[in-house]
Amino acid sequence: MNQDPQSIPGKGLPEPLVQRSGPSASMLIRQVKVLDPAAGVDGTFDLMVESGSISRMAEAGSLEAGDGMEVIEGDGLHIFPAFFDPHVHFRTPGQEYKEDLETGTRSAAAGGYAGVLAMANTAPPVSNPADVEALRHRASLEASVPVGFLATVTRGMEGRELTDMAELREVGAVGFTDDGLPIENPGIMRRALQYQAMTGGTIALHEEDPQLSAGGSMHEGEVSMGLGVRGVPSVSESVMISRDAAIAGYEGGRIQVQHLSAVESIEAVRRAKADGVQITCEVTPHHLCLTDEAVRDLDASRHKMNPPLRSEKDRQALIEALRDGTIDCIATDHAPHAAEEKQVPFEAANMGVTGLETAFSSIYTRLVLEGDLPLELLVEKLGCGGAAFDIDRFSVSEGSLANLCLVDLGAEWIVGEDGYESRSANSWCAGETLSSKVLMTLANGQVAYRLRSFSMGMA
Amino acid sequence: MKHLLAIDELDREQIETLLERAESFAEVTRRDIKKVPTLRGQTVVTLFYESSTRTSSSFELAAKRLSADVVSVKASGSSVDKGESLKDTVETLSAYDPAAIVIRHPYAGAARMLTEWVGASVVNAGDGMHQHPSQALLDVFTLRGRLGSLEGRNIWIVGDVLHSRVARSNIEAFTMMGAKVTVCGPPTLIPRGIEATGCEVRHSLDDLEQADVVYLLRMQRERMGENFVPSIREYARLFQVNSRRLGPRQLVMHPGPVNRGIEIGSDVIDSSQSLIADQVTSGLAVRMAILYELLTRGGQDPVTSTPEDPVPIGEPA
Repeated sequence: MNQDPQSIPGKGLPEPLVQRSGPSASMLIRQVKVLDPAAGVDGTFDLMVESGSISRMAEAGSLEAGDGMEVIEGDGLHIFPAFFDPHVHFRTPGQEYKEDLETGTRSAAAGGYAGVLAMANTAPPVSNPADVEALRHRASLEASVPVGFLATVTRGMEGRELTDMAELREVGAVGFTDDGLPIENPGIMRRALQYQAMTGGTIALHEEDPQLSAGGSMHEGEVSMGLGVRGVPSVSESVMISRDAAIAGYEGGRIQVQHLSAVESIEAVRRAKADGVQITCEVTPHHLCLTDEAVRDLDASRHKMNPPLRSEKDRQALIEALRDGTIDCIATDHAPHAAEEKQVPFEAANMGVTGLETAFSSIYTRLVLEGDLPLELLVEKLGCGGAAFDIDRFSVSEGSLANLCLVDLGAEWIVGEDGYESRSANSWCAGETLSSKVLMTLANGQVAYRLRSFSMGMA
Repeated sequence: MKHLLAIDELDREQIETLLERAESFAEVTRRDIKKVPTLRGQTVVTLFYESSTRTSSSFELAAKRLSADVVSVKASGSSVDKGESLKDTVETLSAYDPAAIVIRHPYAGAARMLTEWVGASVVNAGDGMHQHPSQALLDVFTLRGRLGSLEGRNIWIVGDVLHSRVARSNIEAFTMMGAKVTVCGPPTLIPRGIEATGCEVRHSLDDLEQADVVYLLRMQRERMGENFVPSIREYARLFQVNSRRLGPRQLVMHPGPVNRGIEIGSDVIDSSQSLIADQVTSGLAVRMAILYELLTRGGQDPVTSTPEDPVPIGEPA
């Protein structure tokens, strides 16, 4: 990862992530397979957590639980470093009927996440320092998983004036984004990148040319032609990536391209990286797993999002780009919407799908089990999403805070059958049978999630 | 067949059956007493979220000729204007226990959504730019009446294919019935990927003489604001089908309403080559056949069921 020393948050900036306080976890997980690709750990261990930290990680069968310590038989289960999602929508403030910090972080925890970054396109958008302070305060009361907040690049996401970026950074804005909308005006884009050299804070970009996308609800191609649904051409995304990469390169700015969807976009990022631009990018689970063929059912709840699901050629290219490192991380773009916003004709429905609870299981089922992606790479790419914002990845090692998830790779479950932790049900894989299930998540030393049916034994 | 949503859900045999049924209804409409008691006591709701003259009147009259009770709901002046959702509106109308709901809606897939909410048969009378299956069926019916069969015929669909649900339904229906379809228009009005349907794409009328049938689409003036064509004048010069461009044995069709002097010359509309009036007449018989098929056979096995032939009121059954 490129790291411009200037853009590393300076002294005195608040901690990027906020979580509610709670009891620290203590437990012994026995005979569990630990896989931490970044740390080079892949083996069976006994793992002890005391006061929220990993106190011992020793040969399987060698550790004894202390008095009253919970013991989990980990035989046949896996522990991964907890995941980090740099791109979620928690809808607070203003649209709490879709999601709030409590349900959103619960949803994250259920997916094995121990850190998330919330986007700023709330109602109203997060454009003022007081908004960031209020959100961080609320998170300190409600968030079961540490959450960081981005502020908007332009006031009210109107694309006209920059926000008070320096002050927003001082009160804890992790970065900047007008996500949901592109920054249409290249002059504003340039000013934001100039200012960033002083304030730090990566700018996360929803790349789309509004003129090329105008009126589109799905990928432009054979499927949209047959359905008579106006399409969004792939180049709508890539032309903006190329533009902003050029400006970022010129100004020495640092950008994260969100939710890459198309071959042309990958090429644009690849070129920019080769040119030394400080550019990183994300891909979503749904773009890795689905194509526009899925849209034939015109089910907006599962298949309408922006950017849209694209062709098989695009999907294969995204998988390849994840393998070769062009794509830096997997981010869900978790975008909850109420049923009445989705149970309308496709073209009239809101864009976005939820993804936190199913990110690992969906990709494991569709790509890892099919041989398209190694398990190590999936764990790695779900875990490294904080890097673009200078947030260190979690590690499963002695002495580190417990940020880990316990996963049963052999479990099968039907998405949505037992409801969701999220307040919304617009999961892109609703009704599907998935292999592998997160049983428990420890976030920042606390038990953030435990599957209800997952029983435990006490020593 | 429970619903009529899209042409690609039908096979050739089902289309043949529908068209044969339509033949017998066409015969009924030529009688003095044009009404049959088939759907007596059943309710047909027409729900139109877009303005329509011929499709709505055609379905309403078809239902009445079959002795159904008809409730017609237009988007303007109803609670639809007050922001009621499609689902709520449809569930309210369901309280009348309709046997069929005929819906036109500005968005693709609206008709299919209804099938998840109501028990009635749903007829798609146009959903966005997606499908308009009854139009395609009446067009096939009209052409068969004139040509006998579509097998091996060259049909050119000319004009704004991009925004046309009629084009999407008709390409499928014409192809299924054995015709060879060419679409023709400026590149801005031909949707990307249309070759996948098996049709040929042309951007000029130079080879129009290859066509046995020229099917014209309405050029919508409101598209001008989006720069799909530089000017109506130039469009007409390049793509208007008129008597100078048309050979004597070629047939002309148009789903209406026509823009005289834009996509079609006035001289052609009123010529003997024009099937435009026949299309409207056919529409009634075909829509009677659609309602008949859906409401008398819905859910039954068409092989074992024995539907009666339509008998005019006043004659012994």
